[in-house]
Amino acid sequence: MLEADDKIRCDACPVMCFIKPGMAGACDRYANQGGELVRVDPHVLLERTLSEGGKVVPFFDRPREWNGDIVNGPSPLITAIGAGTTYPDYKPAPFIVSSQIDGVDMVTVVTEGIYSYCGVKVKIDTDRHLGAECSTVRAQGEPVGHVTTGEYGSQMLSLGGVNHLTHGGKKEGRVTCETLLDLCNGKAVELTVDGGVTVIVQAGKPPIVNGEMEERMRVGCGSATIGMFAKQWYGKVDEVVVVDDHITGVLSEHQAGKVLGARDTGVKIKGRRSTPGRYFHVAEPGSGWGGADIADPLDILGPFNPKEAWPGLTMLMVSTTGEQHAFYELDDALRPVEAPLPESLRESVERIRENCEPALCSVLFMAGAGGSLRAGVTENPVRLTRSVRQALTIVTAGGAPVVVWPGGGITFMVDVTLLPDNAFGYVPTPALVAPIEFTMRRDDYAALGGHVDQIRPVEEILEERRKRQSKELSP
Amino acid sequence: MREPPRHRRFSDGRLHLQDGPIDLIIEAFGERGEVERAYEGARERFHGVLDELCAELALLRSPASPGSSRPSGPVARRMYDAVAPFSRRAFITPMAAVAGAVAQEILGAMTNDARLDRAYVNNGGDIALHLTPGMSFRIAMIDRPDRPGAFGRAEIDADGPVRGVATSGRHGRSFSLGIADAVTVLAASAAQADAAATLIANAVDLPGHRAIRRAPASDLDPQSDLGERLVTRHVGPLSPGEIDAALARGWREAERMRRAGYIGAAALHLQGETRICGAPSLGARPSRAPVLSVDGGRDARAPNGGDARAPMRNLHACH
Repeated sequence: MLEADDKIRCDACPVMCFIKPGMAGACDRYANQGGELVRVDPHVLLERTLSEGGKVVPFFDRPREWNGDIVNGPSPLITAIGAGTTYPDYKPAPFIVSSQIDGVDMVTVVTEGIYSYCGVKVKIDTDRHLGAECSTVRAQGEPVGHVTTGEYGSQMLSLGGVNHLTHGGKKEGRVTCETLLDLCNGKAVELTVDGGVTVIVQAGKPPIVNGEMEERMRVGCGSATIGMFAKQWYGKVDEVVVVDDHITGVLSEHQAGKVLGARDTGVKIKGRRSTPGRYFHVAEPGSGWGGADIADPLDILGPFNPKEAWPGLTMLMVSTTGEQHAFYELDDALRPVEAPLPESLRESVERIRENCEPALCSVLFMAGAGGSLRAGVTENPVRLTRSVRQALTIVTAGGAPVVVWPGGGITFMVDVTLLPDNAFGYVPTPALVAPIEFTMRRDDYAALGGHVDQIRPVEEILEERRKRQSKELSP
Repeated sequence: MREPPRHRRFSDGRLHLQDGPIDLIIEAFGERGEVERAYEGARERFHGVLDELCAELALLRSPASPGSSRPSGPVARRMYDAVAPFSRRAFITPMAAVAGAVAQEILGAMTNDARLDRAYVNNGGDIALHLTPGMSFRIAMIDRPDRPGAFGRAEIDADGPVRGVATSGRHGRSFSLGIADAVTVLAASAAQADAAATLIANAVDLPGHRAIRRAPASDLDPQSDLGERLVTRHVGPLSPGEIDAALARGWREAERMRRAGYIGAAALHLQGETRICGAPSLGARPSRAPVLSVDGGRDARAPNGGDARAPMRNLHACH
């Protein structure tokens, strides 16, 4: 948030600091750089090292198409050395100091990796049907990934990966790379699903499905919704149907209704009954009510059973997000006739909405650092892998915590919103470039064959930063 | 976007917790299962601490003058209570004790949940300590992390009253009204030590001296609890006499607090000179008082002590 006099209101934590240009917030992790909120972390340090003529081994010593090697020759990729993720605080992070006193020196190898083996896993919070599982996902008409599993209130996409990056056509690789880069840097990307929808995906923002912004995640499946709200409905309405593409719930038949003593209503749901009050497959998937192709919810009902139903019976039909709802009364022929929603029910519908979390897209970058990148860290690459496995070495990406997959290699995932702005780059190979840091004890680093002669004391870097700062702050 | 609190373990087993400006290094000693339980307790309590504080931030940033309202959160109350005794004599807000109070809260959660021999929670140099009989911590004080030589040491035993250590000065994360490079205080609790260190560091001063450059706190940080009060930005080289005079002002403040029972001892550091308040030789009971000593005494001046302005919250509990 930009204030009138270039102050920034930082929203990384509830302190919500106003930060003046050239200053850092209370945490020393975020700073105002020319009106932009930047994260002060190893990635930024890399840039500083470059701008101050520090010794950095370039990825490319001259402009040319990358030849596929991750490291050019034997030189290490080490660009800055520090200690831990809080590094580099220009005021000492406690554990930097403590490591000095304890005699335990921590070493961080900060580098950027070039990843041919990389992609993103996208989670889109929506009930709407985006496309069948395994359907191809396209950007600019090129295949860049596919629809994978449906998860809680969300649909997963798997994009990128080595096959799209390198095995498809030249254009496919380029477009895949661009798509991944934009998603990782927090930009919006339009994707189309074969036989499905067009969706605009942006990390940390609501998805836009076929031009409609998804606002809320469902509160639960239809059956769960019945369970959550049965008590609030009971006595105010005779029947409630929570319309859901996956599991539609019916109050009078549902265990929750039974326990309360709800009377049978003779309602007939067209789907496949799973257990009492829970129906699968009431309609085809779509972008109507409850993620089904329903425009009129009465379409999922058969005629009421005249033995149980009665004229004047009231029924609420509502979607799992509360966004759609309709209220009916049976006429003398036991046909539902839409009526205004009574005030006494409005609250419960609003409560469904209120209990829905905001729908977001989340993007996890996934990449394998198990290749020759390791040579930039140590002369004996497999030892780095082992050291990560033994948890002697901590892996971070731009200072952000990562999940390292068990199994071979150093394959990790990281939430792209935790990285600094524009932390990702690309090379025309195509491949993505992303920061990665390995932090370990100095003695462990030496033991795994690290480039110990390249280690720069943290004080030197702190000193550089301090000088720069005081220069900037002096009138 | 709100970043979630982070926790991780260092390879040597220490626990690191961070949320916004709170950055804790934690180590517990005892049986393995107990240590793990303590770390779990710390992690659990840590979630929500920052949000709790921020909910009362406006109150915590206003002076704790007599009659001002007491905040409601447990950490916020500890902050308030730690600064309240000093509020008649000087400007102080509960924020002066935030680091120590948070450290204490987390340590409390750890010792509630587990039986530990000893433990510390180090919140950027403000440290809460737990000690069981027979146990002790050795604390080293350094003023320049780029020249890691301790200027002083403290030995804290279980049978003494000290359970909190804090360092304040003009190089730390918060602004100082004074010119001390570092003031380290030993007190019964981390919050008390934190509040006292802030005020003693403010008192080390040479008002009106031309080598000292100051700026309104609000110019640097629009939300600073110090408002338009002038905070120290730069201190030029001072003569030995001036250093003495500045330290003496701080020492008088520290001695007053020590006699009133608010602190156990303090070490004041300015441009390579150190002055101790409350060392055994000054009359405290030798067996119970914290042992605090300075290596090399008054000659321990850094080679370019006139420019000792490196950053500083450099205090750490060692084993």
